[in-house]
Amino acid sequence: MSEAALPVVGSRPRLSADQVAMRAGLWLAVAFLALFLVLPLGTLLMRAFETPQGGFAGVANFRDYASTPALLAAAWNSLWTAALTAVVVVPLAFLYAYGLTRSCMPAKAAFRAVMMLPLLAPSLLPALALIYLFGNQGMLRGVLLGHSIYGPIGIVVAQVFYCFPSAALILAVALSTADARLYEAASALKASRVRIFRTVTLPGARYGLVSALVVVFTLVMTDFGIPKVIGGQFPVLATDVYKQVVGLQNFNMGAVVGIVLLAPAVLAYLLDRWATRQRAATLSGRAVPLRPLPRRQRDVPLLVLCLVIAAVLVGIVGVAAWGSLIRFWPYNLSLTLDNYDFARFDASGWDTVWLSVRMATLVAVIGTVIVFIIAYVLERGAQDGVLPKLARFAASVPLAVPGLVLGLAYVLFFNHPANPLGFLYGAVAILVLNSLVHFYTVGHLTAVTAIRQLDPEFEAVSASMRVPVWVTFGRVIVPICLPAILEIAVYLFVSAMTTVSAVIFLYGPDTKPAAIAVVHMDEAGQASAAAAMAVVILGITTAAKVGQLAVGAVVARLTQAWRR
Amino acid sequence: MTAPAPEIETLEDAARRARRDAPYLEVQEVGKQFGSFVALRRVNLEIRSGEFVTFLGPSGCGKTTLLRGIAGLDPPTTGRIMQGGRDITHLPPAERDFGIVFQSYALFPNLTVAENIAYGLRGAAWPKARRRERVAELLSIVGLADQAPKYPAQLSGGQQQRVALARALANEPGLLLLDEPLSALDAIVRQHLRQEIRSLQQRLGVTTIMVTHDQEEALGVSDRIVVMSRGRIEQVGTPAEIYDNPASPFVAGFVGHSSRIEAVVDTPPGIIIASGMKLVAEATRPLLYGARVTCFIRPEHVRLARLAEAPEGALSAVVTGLEYLGPVVRLSLEAGPLRLLAAVSPGEFAALEAAPGAAFAVTLPPEHLMVFVEDV
Repeated sequence: MSEAALPVVGSRPRLSADQVAMRAGLWLAVAFLALFLVLPLGTLLMRAFETPQGGFAGVANFRDYASTPALLAAAWNSLWTAALTAVVVVPLAFLYAYGLTRSCMPAKAAFRAVMMLPLLAPSLLPALALIYLFGNQGMLRGVLLGHSIYGPIGIVVAQVFYCFPSAALILAVALSTADARLYEAASALKASRVRIFRTVTLPGARYGLVSALVVVFTLVMTDFGIPKVIGGQFPVLATDVYKQVVGLQNFNMGAVVGIVLLAPAVLAYLLDRWATRQRAATLSGRAVPLRPLPRRQRDVPLLVLCLVIAAVLVGIVGVAAWGSLIRFWPYNLSLTLDNYDFARFDASGWDTVWLSVRMATLVAVIGTVIVFIIAYVLERGAQDGVLPKLARFAASVPLAVPGLVLGLAYVLFFNHPANPLGFLYGAVAILVLNSLVHFYTVGHLTAVTAIRQLDPEFEAVSASMRVPVWVTFGRVIVPICLPAILEIAVYLFVSAMTTVSAVIFLYGPDTKPAAIAVVHMDEAGQASAAAAMAVVILGITTAAKVGQLAVGAVVARLTQAWRR
Repeated sequence: MTAPAPEIETLEDAARRARRDAPYLEVQEVGKQFGSFVALRRVNLEIRSGEFVTFLGPSGCGKTTLLRGIAGLDPPTTGRIMQGGRDITHLPPAERDFGIVFQSYALFPNLTVAENIAYGLRGAAWPKARRRERVAELLSIVGLADQAPKYPAQLSGGQQQRVALARALANEPGLLLLDEPLSALDAIVRQHLRQEIRSLQQRLGVTTIMVTHDQEEALGVSDRIVVMSRGRIEQVGTPAEIYDNPASPFVAGFVGHSSRIEAVVDTPPGIIIASGMKLVAEATRPLLYGARVTCFIRPEHVRLARLAEAPEGALSAVVTGLEYLGPVVRLSLEAGPLRLLAAVSPGEFAALEAAPGAAFAVTLPPEHLMVFVEDV
């Protein structure tokens, strides 16, 4: 019998229960991202091309934009303050990160903790502190030699504070992944320290530097709180969007400015993706970790520098905290807790704080579940077809979308009379969803990193033992990833507590978050109360972070015994 | 059939006999494509029940693809796979009957050794007591009875490998698949463990397929070896068949050491010319004058003698290098443009007083020249 003539009729391909589950998860992921990310952004795009009456405007709105000098000036202002902040903060962050990773200075853990401080506060807090110090009634006003803190100076200084941890984190990671063998090879070839720094250290960190520059630039471009509080008459893109939408009720022009704001953020995001990919390619799995040896000439100056930076970071928070306790700045410096009696300044009083806590808790709980399940399905599910690729791309998009733009997109999408999901508008749900989507990508990347460290064959082994994928997910995947899951939850909680830009268009009279109350009280001239509220937020987020450490230790004892 | 057949065979007997004689696993015309890359081309293979079969080949030859096809992890694009008379080509892994050990072992790091082994023992068929018994039994089979409460990270590589093996065998699968199970271990443990796997397999009688790129491993443990290259099966045979009668130049070159000689068929029949030197190769007798052939000879078949005692038809060769390997000494030789490997025992080596630069008479025994006609 000829083998070639053998009739080969096989059974049809059939999906197993596992595959059905994964496929369903994928569809849920796609539906979630489509409904709460793609469609709102699409609506925003369309609105930019509409007349106020709803007709097609072509590029007329953009032409209006380009012919309004005030708007163009704001775009230019945003660009140069962002660039200047990046140029100032990245070298500082590099030295700080260098001290953390490449020196033998003491108390590295404490320096690391202090470095994270700005991330725990709303961006308004440094701006308020600067006003205390350098504002019209500031005690150090003379330092500015007649210049006003309200405007570009205040914005850049506050942004440097606010962006410092993001840049330092990226650079610390970039610097900590060095290959000791390169340094050994360089010194065996008798290269001088300067030459080693120039030919090994800097090239190794260059993509980290690009990432840090890009991330800081985007953060400044898209931040709303700082220019709102300390920008004075200095217009930037973020405050322009707010003005167009809230002040002038011109949603179409708001959409146009939003797109103008989106463009550099998307460009920056693409550049960062490129840099990240390059960085991943330079890392070999066989790298030997570098252990710095003590050297006084390097360690002492770095320690001094880190001390100064840490002191400034703590100092700025301290000024805000102190200011919140002052009876009447700067005339009556006696201490009081009156500023914490928020009902005196804002009808909602402490309710805004509880609302924020409730909202941030919901974001953390719901968000962590959604983020982790979607990341799992995208990483471990079938990779064929366009759907996983699309979903993976969509999951990375929120990083490039400024909170204001996403918020505006939500207004336009969910407030549309024809939208059956309109009931979400004005409820806590929309604040939760918007914050969740806005901060989605970082959580997603954390989950993906954790999942990628798992053996790729766990599911295959389980299937061979006829154990369904959801059992393995519950018994193996989740327990192993618990530290990462906790980190995602706390990140989402802290971000949702502190965000202003994501929710400024979306809160209702009964759903005002604390960070928004800070803006309002500052607008009403109640700077001390605003500072008090910012300090309350900082207290809650710090408690969450400390809680993460405590819970993390317990979780580690209970579920991570196998790690050693 | 030499077995005395019964006078009258009932239908039931016939069916039983058919089952016994039929291969346990049949791979028919199986092909696999990833995009435009063809990983497997029309592969056919039959594996009998209880056999230990090894897929051997260089990386990228399709051996792992074929194994994953049999496991249902990457179902083939064409063809059919039958296991125990059942068409399993497109069954999801969970509905098949196999246990698998991966190169990485894929042990669940957060579960203890006992929990890992018990992982698949769930449902109504496995009440707690029975499960505990089975785990204890498996632990003693693989010699890890005292390691039950430990986590995988606390075990050595070899112990982890045994846990993976015990876990794969827990459900008493009809087929055991081993995907490069030993390649993460160091040489001595590897040699020891492969014999353990082999004796365990023989004790349990489980049909086993192992993927490896290590020919020594394949030769050492297999009932039959499937040599693969570029998505095709080059040869299927016992270790001795593969080593002594390779079916293709690829197999001759890949399995074991050998020297490759390009030659042309000359007259009289049975004589070939390699780089101007006359060699006797009985196998070329039926070939046409001028046909191009590729010959291989194993180092242990190359005979060396002092020049003074040169036998008839010997070539003169110079030693260019030597490797002292313990049981044998391997010599690199140059006979004019021909490069040859020869293996001699240390005793022979001492008697020959071979040193780099020394010249010897080399004979290539005609019966040991493995001859392949070149494809035109």
